[in-house]
This record gives sequence, structure tokens and C-alpha cells, in this order.
Amino acid sequence: MIFHDVIHELTAILVTTVFASTPMLYAALGELVTEKSGVLNLGIEGMMLVGAIVGFAVTTLTGSAIFGVAAAALAGAAVSSVFAVLTLLLLANQVACGLALTIFGTGLSALIGRSYIGKPLARIPQLHIPQLTDIPLIGPLIFGQDALVYLSVAMAVAVYWFLNRTRSGLILRSVGENHDAAHALGYSVVGIRFLAVLFGGAMSGIGGSYLSLAYTPLWSEGMTAGRGWIALACVTFSTWRAGRVLLGAYLFGFFTIAQLHAQAFGVPIAPEFLSMTPYIATIVVLVLISRKASLVRMHAPACLGQVFNAG
Amino acid sequence: MKLLKKTLAATAIVALGIAGISALGGVTKAADKFKAAFVYVGPVTDGGWNAGHYEGQLAVEKTFGDKVQTVKVENVPESADSERVMTQLAQQGANIIFATSFGYMDPAVKVSKNFPKVYFEHCCGYKTTPNMSVYNIRFYESRTVQGTLAGMITKSNIIGYIASFPIPEVVMGIDSFALAMRKVNPKATIKVVWVNTWYDPGKEADAAKALMDQGADVIAQHTDSPAAVQAAEARGVWSFGEASDMSKFGPTHCVTSEVDDWSVFYVARTKAAMDGTWKTESTWWGLDKGALIIPDVNKSLPADVQAAGAKVREDVRSGKRLPFAGPIKDQSGKVILAEGQSLTDEQIGGINYYVEGVEGEVPK
Repeated sequence: MIFHDVIHELTAILVTTVFASTPMLYAALGELVTEKSGVLNLGIEGMMLVGAIVGFAVTTLTGSAIFGVAAAALAGAAVSSVFAVLTLLLLANQVACGLALTIFGTGLSALIGRSYIGKPLARIPQLHIPQLTDIPLIGPLIFGQDALVYLSVAMAVAVYWFLNRTRSGLILRSVGENHDAAHALGYSVVGIRFLAVLFGGAMSGIGGSYLSLAYTPLWSEGMTAGRGWIALACVTFSTWRAGRVLLGAYLFGFFTIAQLHAQAFGVPIAPEFLSMTPYIATIVVLVLISRKASLVRMHAPACLGQVFNAG
Repeated sequence: MKLLKKTLAATAIVALGIAGISALGGVTKAADKFKAAFVYVGPVTDGGWNAGHYEGQLAVEKTFGDKVQTVKVENVPESADSERVMTQLAQQGANIIFATSFGYMDPAVKVSKNFPKVYFEHCCGYKTTPNMSVYNIRFYESRTVQGTLAGMITKSNIIGYIASFPIPEVVMGIDSFALAMRKVNPKATIKVVWVNTWYDPGKEADAAKALMDQGADVIAQHTDSPAAVQAAEARGVWSFGEASDMSKFGPTHCVTSEVDDWSVFYVARTKAAMDGTWKTESTWWGLDKGALIIPDVNKSLPADVQAAGAKVREDVRSGKRLPFAGPIKDQSGKVILAEGQSLTDEQIGGINYYVEGVEGEVPK
């Protein structure tokens, strides 16, 4: 009986952890590729918000979540292209432009969203295979998710494969490591970075649409509530490795969910402290990883955040 | 060329910033009439707290027509910024300024002293000056209705309560809920989860799910988004909406909502200021004045539950039933307020403990 309760509780925590982590996973994977090309885009929060409202609006208008998610990806890429033009073509400071993008995205999404506040929407469907989904623990976790969750894990694998196993990935990384050398070899540094920024924008857009279509199927201003910044932390936390981005995003989600369960369970710890746990976990892991400088240095793109001027 | 590029980039950044900021907030200009100004902590389109106050502003416009011009400033942080905004409003000739968030308290006190001829109204604080009043709604009255309904509906005898911050405002709601719940169902208990935010749809939904996973079959909330109502609806669990009617998000399982209506207050105070009858007051209105509205109970519930909801609502409105009437027992079951007595407004305003029926402790 007690064993049954533990399984039930664990299943509940893990299943909700997946929901909570998926938006961050998308955004962090996108940012990973962007940063690997040497561009630091701090506008994730803004791009996610634009993705969230566009995804919500298009799904409401067309009745199709597939169109919604596609539109969210396009919208995320579109706002990120503003950032790309400013930083890559006009050589503006990446940090300043990224922050401006967050403010811009917050305002723009609020403007678009004015007529969508307080409108309910049906959640995108979750897989249900009789028997398979009913297996304790593994069933709901592996066979009971929605399409966007499966896609997010597939994207993690794809990003890993692209960065580490393909020639294009190697070129992208070389641009991030040493843009002068890559330029001398004849690669279009600006072109490659532009595409990487667009990819990051599209992924942030999808992550945002997960919030407004699946996680809490509604639109409200500023609904990302800081998740874009957590995604950014995730990339650093992972020391720029795709596998660890996946792990990091799930870890963040897990801590958020576990602290709520601990409270409901009556664990006598201050909720303020429990709310801090995801952040404390990041710092602890960062300290542990950073102790081996070689681990960080080997994977951090050497040209991250630097302006490239071909002259 | 390089210089041109840099100038272009700088211009674009500035433009982007301005576009963002102006999309976030705007000031409506007004001519020389009686001017009522409203300061908001967020966008008036948030569908929650600020939207509720903004409806009050619109009611003032509608009631007085040409005689009053209203002005609004959105997204004003609860910092020195609010002092600057209120000073500016007073300088621009505002006759009455409504500061609609708790954090504006000290800045409002300061500005009210600098502009003794301007009337100030501060929401939810406790400091007054000769030209500054405070006002709030007796939100806890709706919890008496909710607690009664929850006690009748629950089968698991576990009620999940999503709370924002451990301040008296929220704790009094939990206690009012528990007192009413225990009256109809002495076996029911409340599990409280603190989310440390007024507004984070994702986290509110997560908290609702955590509570449902631990057996709660009724969810109450003291946070602003409809996410919890939606999460409960998805699982066929009963819920209560907060700050506005959230039945759209829970058509079959949203029992009822607590709806705030600030317009009665805003119209009354603007009128007093125009007539010259304005005095420093501490206004705490509830169901009696129509500042609090509780829609009828969801028709999918049994008739006796619907009737009980309507009865408690009417009894609280008429004053026949006091939400904090004795006997009140503490968590160990000891009577802390005898039968026949009732907590005073001051005591209610300072509540920092749980009563019988609530699990855990108020976070310190």
C-alpha cells in the first residue's frame, strides 16, 4: 500500500516535471545553438512571449495547434531577426540588443494579446495507448505525453547530433570558436550566425507556445514569468553541451515541482526557501563544474558575445 | 561607413526600446476639468487585479461624463518611480489620485504632504494623512461562502489552497474559509501551498496539480490567474475563481468566483471630492456595498449546495453572519474566541495564525 502511494506520488511529480521543463528545454536548445555560433542573445524571454501569443492567437483563429506552433516558430524567428540585423549587420552590442529584445517582445506580445485575454482554449491532446499508458510510472511518463514533448526530446537529440556529428555543426562551432579563422577559411561568419540566431528564435517561439497551448492553455501578459532567463542559465549550467541542456532543463523543472509537493505533503520548510531551490541547485552545480576549468573552457565558445567585423 | 553603421545601430536600439516602453504604458492627456488619476502596478489588460481597478476608472468616466476627465498610468513600479509619477500627476492638475497597489503606500504619503490640496486614495495600506485615505475590499467575506461550499462538496475531505504571500490579507482568507468549512464539515482539512507570487500561471497550475495529486478534490486560490481553475477542470476537480469570474475556464467545475468591483468605491469617492465632502477615511467595503460580488453557484452542483451558497452569501451581506464570529479554535482545538464574540476589524487585519482545520504553519 505504501509502495503504491510512493509510486503514485513519484509518477505525479515526474509527469508534471516534464510539463514544467519542456518550455525551458526548447528555449535552451535554441540558445545553445545560437551561443555555439558565438552570439549571446539575451532576448529569450521576449521571443518566448511573442511565440506564446502568436501560437495562441493562430490556434484560436485556425483551430489547428499545428499551425499555431508553426506560426509561433516563425514569429520567434522574425523577432530574433531584428536582433540579428542589429548585432550582425550593424555590429551593435549583443548584450544591449538582447535586453532590448526582451523589453520589445514583452510589449509587442502584450499589444497583440489585448483581445485574447480571458479566452480559454482546449489543451493540445496527450497520447493515450490503452495498456501501455496505464503501466505504472513508465506508462504516463513515456506513452502519455503530447506531441510537443516528444518533439522537444527529438530536438535535443538532433541538436546534439548536428553539433557533434555533422560537418555543418563543426563549421558552426568553428565560427563560435574563432571567427577570424573561420572567415579566413572562406566561411560566411555573418550568414552562419544569422541562421543560428533565427534557429534560436524559432525554438524560443515554440517553447513559448508550449506555455500558451499545453502547459496553461491561456494567454496572459508576461506569462513566461522568468522562464526565458532560466533557459539562459540552463545553457551555462550545461557548459554548452546538448545532453546536459536536456538534463538541466528537467532538473530545473523537477525542483520547481518537488517543492510544491513537499509543501502540500507538509514538509515544515519555509516555502521561500523551497522556491529558491532551483536556483541554489544551479549555483551548486555551476561551482562543482567550474572547479575543473578545463571542462568549462573546452566547450564554451571562445568568441561568445564578440562583434565580428570583416572590415 | 563604420560610423554610419554604429549610428544606425544606436538609433535602432533606442527606437526598439521606446517602442517597447510605449507599448507597456501610456498616459492619457486630459483638459482642464475635474481630474481623477489612476496609478496601476501592471497593465490594465491583465485580466485580473489591474483590469478590475480599470473597470472602476471606466465607471467614473461613465458616471460623470463631461464633468470628469480620467488619467491613467500603467506599469508603475512600487518604488521611487511611483513617487515621481504621482508628483507629476499632481503637478499636471490631478484633483484626486488613486494609488491602486499596496507598495505605493510610503510614496503616496510623501506626495500627499507635498500637495495638500490634492486628494489621495491608497488601496490596501494602513497609513493616512489629512488628504490621504485608504480603501480595501473585504475579500475574506467571499471565503466564508467558498468554505461552506467546499465543506459540502468534498468527498476526500482535503481542500487544496494556493496562497501567494504569507501576509494578513491572505491568512485571513484561509482562516475565514476554514471556519466556514468546519461548520458544515468538521472532518475536512485544508492543505496550503505557498507559491510566492501573485501571478505566474505555470506555477499556479503546478501547485493545483500537486494538491490534486495529494488527494485534494476542491481547489481554492489566492492568486490572480485562471490557470488553477483550468488545471482543476481538466481533471474534473472543483475550484474557485479569484478576482474575476473565471467560470469560462472551468465551465463544469468552477464552483463560483470572487469578483471584485471597485467601481462603487471610485464613483463615491470621486463624487465626494467634487462636492467638497471628502474626508480622510478608512474604507473597507464588502458584499453589503456591492464591492464584492459572488456569482451564483455552478448549476452542475446539487440544489442543496446551490441553495446553501446563496444563503450564506445573503447572510454575510445582511450582516446576520459574521465570518469571524466565535467560537474560534486554534490548530490544537483550543478555543481562542468564545461563542457570542467576534473579531474586530483591527484583529482581522492583523491575523497571522491558522485556525483549526488548516494543516501546517504560517511561514515566518
